[in-house]
Amino acid sequence: MSELTITTGGPAAALAAPARTGAVSRAVRDVVVLTRRNLVHIAREPLQLSDITVQPVLFTLLFVYVLGGGVSVAGGDYKDFAIPGLVALNLTTSAMGTAVGLSNDLRTGAVNRFRTLPMWRAAVLVSRSLSDVLAAAVCMSIVLLTGLAIGWRPDTSLAGFVGALAIPLLFSYALAWGTACLGMVSEGPESAQSIALVLLFPLAIVSNAMVPTAGMPGVVRAIAEWNPVSAVTAAARDLFGNPNPSAASHAWPMQHPVLAAVLWSVAIVAVCAPLAVALYRRRTTD
Amino acid sequence: MIEATGLTKRYGDTQALAGVDLHVPAGTILGVLGPNGAGKSTAVRILTTLARPDTGRASVAGFDVVTQAGEVRRRIGVTAQDATLDEALTGRQNLRMIAELSGLRSRAAADRAGELLARFELTDAADRVLKGYSGGMRRRLDLAASLVARPAVLFLDEPTTGLDPTSRARMWEVVRDLVAAGTTILLTTQYLEEADALADHIVVIDHGRVVARGTADELKTTIGGHRLEITLSAAHAGAAAALHPLVEGRVDIDAAGRRLRAAVRGGSGVATAVIRALDGVGALVDDVVVHAPSLDDVFFALTGTPGIASEPGPNSRPDDRSDDDRSDDDRAARPVGVA
Repeated sequence: MSELTITTGGPAAALAAPARTGAVSRAVRDVVVLTRRNLVHIAREPLQLSDITVQPVLFTLLFVYVLGGGVSVAGGDYKDFAIPGLVALNLTTSAMGTAVGLSNDLRTGAVNRFRTLPMWRAAVLVSRSLSDVLAAAVCMSIVLLTGLAIGWRPDTSLAGFVGALAIPLLFSYALAWGTACLGMVSEGPESAQSIALVLLFPLAIVSNAMVPTAGMPGVVRAIAEWNPVSAVTAAARDLFGNPNPSAASHAWPMQHPVLAAVLWSVAIVAVCAPLAVALYRRRTTD
Repeated sequence: MIEATGLTKRYGDTQALAGVDLHVPAGTILGVLGPNGAGKSTAVRILTTLARPDTGRASVAGFDVVTQAGEVRRRIGVTAQDATLDEALTGRQNLRMIAELSGLRSRAAADRAGELLARFELTDAADRVLKGYSGGMRRRLDLAASLVARPAVLFLDEPTTGLDPTSRARMWEVVRDLVAAGTTILLTTQYLEEADALADHIVVIDHGRVVARGTADELKTTIGGHRLEITLSAAHAGAAAALHPLVEGRVDIDAAGRRLRAAVRGGSGVATAVIRALDGVGALVDDVVVHAPSLDDVFFALTGTPGIASEPGPNSRPDDRSDDDRSDDDRAARPVGVA
């Protein structure tokens, strides 16, 4: 490198450092840059990538062809019942990606690097929730395409179809803030993953996603009917025009699944987003 | 460009910094020297806005690191041990990302990334993911990353630790070029040679305190001019006494009584005088060496190493520190020169 002359411009150039062209537009650009970076991470991380690509195909085929044979659904085929449930199930379990990603950034020092840059501090969290909702959209598309390939058919208007996509994604966005909190309190990506799995898997399973709640014992059934995953599933079934046996339940969320799913999502964001920001501050302040 | 007074920082039971003052004029390099765990990285974390001092204040490029952290961040570049590059991205993607997060538009960021990759001879590897980079390539990319926004002040936390001699020499050249272009640099290192070669001023930190400060030459002078090392053919009871009028301070004698070490004032005829004095008491001399002190001598004299002083060595556990107040004070009483 002997022939190199490194001209940084020195102090004079620093005085002409990039002027702040509006704090808001800068913040938006920081979020875009980091979201893109997070997506590259997901694409290059085989485990995370398989969570949103291989796993949805696998779950869909397994549940429909293994479990489906033993479950009878009033008013329709198990496939039509199962696909909206599989969307909810896959988006719920893939929410652990947020915990793992953030935890990884804290461990590797990426967050420290960002903190020495003149960027919007919360961009790290906001971009993470956005990249994960985009990953969730990929995951959902794969479930639906797999469903279409094996014979699932929605029976709805365009508005209903869009709504059926939007509700699970909204819920997934909310859950990402929840698991962001986990990522912030866990010691590393491995523990973040195992804690997230222990919480998310029962959340996904104790619901109406894969089997009708009618056959469940009393307490489990009550839990399932108030589980946000059930509201999301029931809302998606209604909006896709697929069979929704939960409509027969008297529980309030099952009577108003769309409203319940939206309220759950808003409530989770309202609690977890400020909590995540506070935990992030605590974790990165010393 | 960098001013710090009375910085203290405690992590749990460990007093990482116990009152550190630093002063780095514009366009100069300050070398911060100290063993592992001495508090170097904590000082860098505070100056780069990653940590807040418990007490004391610091400013970088005229802005307070606590109350004006945003302004500081726009003017600094950091190559810190705990602020690493992104393993999953390519070299180019890393630099572009940092450029954009530093406020460059995407076009300008791409240009700047390409420019730095070329300057640091990383163009060939630019589009490879970092996982395949060698240690030397990573350090170069890390340094390139810290230069993206053309910072006025650069923090290099042990930039050459673990590098082979060739890579280290190249890194030194880059650092010299940067200072020649007007950048102010704070560099921490465990290598005395590095501080000696690069730094305009040096502070030695140990146990969270500045135990010495000055130029490399000033520091070398403080431990008593030159070092005298004598090997006798056989132990001799009168040898130390015979040397006394010629040396400064005490004469160290090894267990076998054959090797004697002491500080002497350099100057003409010192070796001759030593041999005459020993000959006068009938001691047979095998070998005499008089050499200018290296920064290593200074470092070990100040931070303590078994054989020279009784304090725990560089690898002492943090727990040892509470018992060490006395020797800390001894050492703190030896500041030299003016920074």
